[in-house]
Amino acid sequence: MSLVARLEVTRGAFELQLDLAVRPGRTLAFLGPNGAGKSTALGALAGEIDSRGSIELNSRRLDEVPIEARRIGYLFQDYLLFPHLTVLENVAFGPRSVGVRAAAARREAGQWLERFAISELAARRPGQLSGGQAQQVALARALAASPELLLLDEPLAALDVEVRAEVRAELAHHLSDWGGLAIVVTHSFDDVAGLAADVVVVEQGRATQSGTVRDLVRQPATPYISRLVAAYGED
Amino acid sequence: MPASGRRRRGSLTPVLWVPAGLALALLGLPLLAVVMRAPWGQLPELLAQPSVSAALRLSLITAVESTIISMVLGIPLALVLARSERWPALARRLLRALVTVPLVLPPVVGGVALLLLLGRHGLLGQFLPFQIPFSTAAVVIAQTFVAMPFLVLAVEGAIRASDRRFEVAAATLGASRLTIFYRITLPLIAPGVSAGALLCFCRALGEFGATITFAGSFPGVTQTLPIATYLQLQSTNPESAYALSLVLMAVSVIVLASLRDRWVPGVTA
Repeated sequence: MSLVARLEVTRGAFELQLDLAVRPGRTLAFLGPNGAGKSTALGALAGEIDSRGSIELNSRRLDEVPIEARRIGYLFQDYLLFPHLTVLENVAFGPRSVGVRAAAARREAGQWLERFAISELAARRPGQLSGGQAQQVALARALAASPELLLLDEPLAALDVEVRAEVRAELAHHLSDWGGLAIVVTHSFDDVAGLAADVVVVEQGRATQSGTVRDLVRQPATPYISRLVAAYGED
Repeated sequence: MPASGRRRRGSLTPVLWVPAGLALALLGLPLLAVVMRAPWGQLPELLAQPSVSAALRLSLITAVESTIISMVLGIPLALVLARSERWPALARRLLRALVTVPLVLPPVVGGVALLLLLGRHGLLGQFLPFQIPFSTAAVVIAQTFVAMPFLVLAVEGAIRASDRRFEVAAATLGASRLTIFYRITLPLIAPGVSAGALLCFCRALGEFGATITFAGSFPGVTQTLPIATYLQLQSTNPESAYALSLVLMAVSVIVLASLRDRWVPGVTA
């Protein structure tokens, strides 16, 4: 299980150029200020944004493959739970889409809700969920589609500050349970420290430092990184 | 201007109340007249007359058929229209103009145009082994021509207002484009579709000009409610026309009431 990619995206004056290598079973974080190109990179990996370069996931070339065939899970910043479907139907959507019969897909979805200890939410609509609950449902929905790579775009940004630490711990727990490749985009060092093993710092469309969280703390390569490290824990 | 600057924003000068009131009277009083003068007591007998009930049945069936055809063809057209951002500007404008033309075209011209296309010597009609004009099919075609734009514009508005990223989310879960259309796009725009379908049905039900030009007025075959109403009014027994007007008006009011809070872009845009 590994990802090797070279992303090249041009949008007007903005240019993103990023080389990536995610090691098996690790979670990688894209850390960077707003507008640095982190979300663009995720969009390029998922196939939502056109990118030159190449993407190789578990020895599968993905650059010419449409979104629906990439098997890349995407946890959106605002979760994008389908408002007209119940929680259970949302989670069953992935299995249903690849041809699993309705009853079997619902059973499968039910098992995911059990694993996340949110079975009591099954019949609710997304509008009736708290932010933390919506995030768990979105994660369950993404994982139920059995992705080979999971992308998380600012997974905690939509939540109130008071619940962030708790939801972050929960998220870390589910990610390690799942054990697959994941990339999380964030501009918070707390998220990086709490969720990821490796970091790529993205500034103005380029990687300015990559390494482990420890490397960043020991030897921040840019003023931006030193500021983040210094502010760590104050969130 | 200092004088108007002092006035509260949105407040009206009393002078405007007079034309506004006249406008309301012009819109409302005729409807009131229909209700007041309708032959309420004889309503059942009047509507049970063979010629009248035939027109009622024909109108109901053809308007439903036109609405269904408009949905089957119009929803995809609305999608094309809403997603045409990347087309060249000229093509986009042309497409939009084509969809909007029936809204502003005099219906009788629509009828003439349909005759010139599908008539016995028409552009396409001359190659057809069967005759379309003056048949029930012609009624449905005329109604669809006139009413479909209402549905297309309402649905297009709903599509534009809906968040496209739900479709991206569905795609990341492995859904094919067709699955996304049926399970995500369509349910999300359902309120717009039903509003558009109701408007479309109303317009089809009330269609007169294009229908009488292209389909004529054969009782039971092409004589729809509005045409029957008009003919009854010319006859010695205008009471039937009053009764039919009441029926058509009631349908409109019911549709309007069921749309009340819903966003109706075809009307507001």
